[in-house]
Amino acid sequence: MQPAELDLARYSVRLDSQTDFSGWRDAARRLALNEVKPEDISWHVAPDPDGCQTDLPAMPGGVQLLVPREFIEHAETAFCHSDPGRFAFLYRLLWRLRREPKLLAIASDPDTRRLEAMEKAVRRDSHKMHAFVRFRKIGDGDEERYVAWFEPDHFIVERNADFFVRRFTGMRWTILTPYASADWNGERLAIGPGAAKGDAPAGDDTEALWRTYFENIFNPARLKVKAMQKEMPKKYWRNLPEASLIPDLIAGADKAATAMIAKMPTTPAPHHAKVQAKHWSKATEPAEPDAARTIPKLREAAKGCRRCPLWRDATQTVFGEGPDDARVIFVGEQPGDQEDLAGKPFVGPAGNVFDAILDDAGVDRQKVYVTNAVKHFKFEPRGKRRIHSKPNAGEVQACRWWIDREFELIKPDLAVALGATAALSLLGKAIPVTKMRGQVIEREDGLRVFVTIHPSFILRIHESAEKEAERERFLKDMREVKRLMAA
Amino acid sequence: MSALTVREKLAILSDAAKYDASCASSGSAKRDSLKSGGIGSTEGMGICHSYAPDGRCISLLKILLTNFCIYDCSYCINRSSSNVRRARFTVDEVVKLTMDFYRRNYIEGLFLSSGVIRSPDETMGEMVEVARRLRLDEKFGGYIHLKTIPESSAELVEKAGLYADRLSINVELPTDEGVKRLAPEKKPETIRLSMARLRQKMEEKAEPTLKTKKRERFAPGGQSTQMIVGADKTSDDGILHASARLYGSYHLRRVYYSAFSPIPDSSSSLPLQKPPLMREHRLYQADWLMRFYGFSQPEILAGSNDGMLDLAIDPKLAWALRNRGLFPVDVNSAEREALLRVPGLGTKVVAKILETRRHRRMRLEDLGRLCQSIAKLRPFIIAEGWSPGALTDKAGLRGKIVQSCEQLSLF
Repeated sequence: MQPAELDLARYSVRLDSQTDFSGWRDAARRLALNEVKPEDISWHVAPDPDGCQTDLPAMPGGVQLLVPREFIEHAETAFCHSDPGRFAFLYRLLWRLRREPKLLAIASDPDTRRLEAMEKAVRRDSHKMHAFVRFRKIGDGDEERYVAWFEPDHFIVERNADFFVRRFTGMRWTILTPYASADWNGERLAIGPGAAKGDAPAGDDTEALWRTYFENIFNPARLKVKAMQKEMPKKYWRNLPEASLIPDLIAGADKAATAMIAKMPTTPAPHHAKVQAKHWSKATEPAEPDAARTIPKLREAAKGCRRCPLWRDATQTVFGEGPDDARVIFVGEQPGDQEDLAGKPFVGPAGNVFDAILDDAGVDRQKVYVTNAVKHFKFEPRGKRRIHSKPNAGEVQACRWWIDREFELIKPDLAVALGATAALSLLGKAIPVTKMRGQVIEREDGLRVFVTIHPSFILRIHESAEKEAERERFLKDMREVKRLMAA
Repeated sequence: MSALTVREKLAILSDAAKYDASCASSGSAKRDSLKSGGIGSTEGMGICHSYAPDGRCISLLKILLTNFCIYDCSYCINRSSSNVRRARFTVDEVVKLTMDFYRRNYIEGLFLSSGVIRSPDETMGEMVEVARRLRLDEKFGGYIHLKTIPESSAELVEKAGLYADRLSINVELPTDEGVKRLAPEKKPETIRLSMARLRQKMEEKAEPTLKTKKRERFAPGGQSTQMIVGADKTSDDGILHASARLYGSYHLRRVYYSAFSPIPDSSSSLPLQKPPLMREHRLYQADWLMRFYGFSQPEILAGSNDGMLDLAIDPKLAWALRNRGLFPVDVNSAEREALLRVPGLGTKVVAKILETRRHRRMRLEDLGRLCQSIAKLRPFIIAEGWSPGALTDKAGLRGKIVQSCEQLSLF
């Protein structure tokens, strides 16, 4: 075995610039396909005098270098990192990937973690660039331009120039950084050499307004300096026009907050009495339910119903609807999600089924009155959905007060109980609805109650033949209702 | 009285706006100015352009159109009885400020709110006019958030949704009783109805129209609201109940919690103390549990004595300590839902565990590399070569975890 030569790698690669990803990719491809080990390569960036390019081996014919697709994306991002070891690191990763294709999925592997950390640093730096670039305006009219000086930690100007083009398309702007610059003339983006802070304008009149905003949007009672510095580290402060205010704001915060707390409430402002008299003197009379002699008045009175606690979580009372001389009243269970939003009964999916079947049966929906046994929606929230809960006997009992008034005012010949809750409300006791379906029960007060299922029952059946059969049965019930109406 | 300068107005009307917690510029449709040749873009993810020393992000120009107000809500600096200095921006001034700030990359856009002057429609009309001018005259593609006035007309709300990314209506307090007591002129019923209408509008506009088959634009960033925490006596359980109801009923993107902050010239009906910031933080964590971790609202505080979140530890850890029977969970075999309930495992770490364990069995030290701290985690998991044994059920466990996590805590 030959003695190892001191620090002399077999291959030396010289990249055109810090962001010469295609140069790296080309070299890495040739080297990897010739099975050149990571430790046999040294990487340099022009104009580094030590790194002259050695001849790279030619691409062997007929072989392709296959790597997981996401590797290229990851590598392109990590390539912008300022770590001088990144070229060698990414080559090592490439080397390992050819032997361990699942490497990137193993989040706990040290190399995978390093790649991720590098990408994260580049992404964070990019995000901070989007956030903390501050343009200063020079010139007016046709000469108007916006120039910024920014000091990124990594080589991210090229990567982020498009963001500024998409955002400031209608502006002419230049972003200067120590290693590169980006310039947009309104039509074309040009990446140029680095610059110095002195090349950018020193100020802009609008900064005084921005500083005023910064001072006043700050709430001294909530001082959290660490939280601020975590997101806006001090290294960025020197290029932020608002940052010089921070020390004084922090120093004065406690005093300002204590002063606010200590300050005793004062007497109302002079204009307050006038405002109150002008806008709020008309006390709105709460509608008196007992005195309501018409359906519209009753509906108005029901808006503020507090007879049971269901109003708390619902949007509004959903009162009955239909002509006040209707010959039949349909009573459902309670409003659902859509009814709760709209404030009208039977407008949701079950309402649509109900409407369609009434139509098939030849019952004119405009001539019937529809209402619910319980007039607020009872539900359990599940994320962005509301799951219907069955109202309990107490809630049905509480709401019966309204049902009774509705019947008193309309005096129909017939009531249709849609489902068990409606039957409970109308008959005062629980009955087996499926068994007694299609029957007419006469109440003590003479009201005839036709019992059937709730149309939502049809919606809950998944099997289509069975669903169709159930629909037919309900249609038959509605035809019977029509016959009873005529009788 | 001499006329105020724009700078003086800005000082008054941004000071007046700072009690609104939201500054989010995220969650809207992606948009840029390449086609319009105008100014502005939204890229899905919000950008915080600065941070105030209160640790809060400054993303939007958050101002009031005016702080004159006919309402007298005791928690609000702008209530009609307050002796605060009053000012009023013109539509022109707000449009110019927004564009001047945006061009210099100070902001992502505008969050415009207002005191109610004369009538809700008049005030709302001016706010919508600001948004219209920005979009149509200035070809502004940045973010616009409009605070909607509940009593304003349906036509104005429709227009607002056409120009704005997000609309919001503050419920202010978790219970109707609280609103009645502290904001006697506000009507909780109307606020609910307005939120319901916004949800209906958003759903209606999400459907392609019959004629053009295209979707009409309506507040692509959805609606949000804010609740003040600590101005009334509602428990955390009560607050979370209200949030769950609001998310479910009106499909809100966010509920913001704002620790009640003492205001200058405060009303005597309110607590005069520093804002309960830790409580606010714990509420946000609990809110996250409901939205991203599969917790239903009642279970978050089930079994607690007073319906209040533990201020010393995060709500997931507190829940796990009350439900030790469900632990330990095996990280190499448990379902995603179970992993999400392990204290110390966030959604991203859980995703990484699920991916990694397809290729190798995970040990405690593997998890150590993925998480911030395993002190919280250890008692609740089984990993290759690790079992917590009696640790899970140990009596002093809470104290031990608190001790080892202390240096990592937020304050």
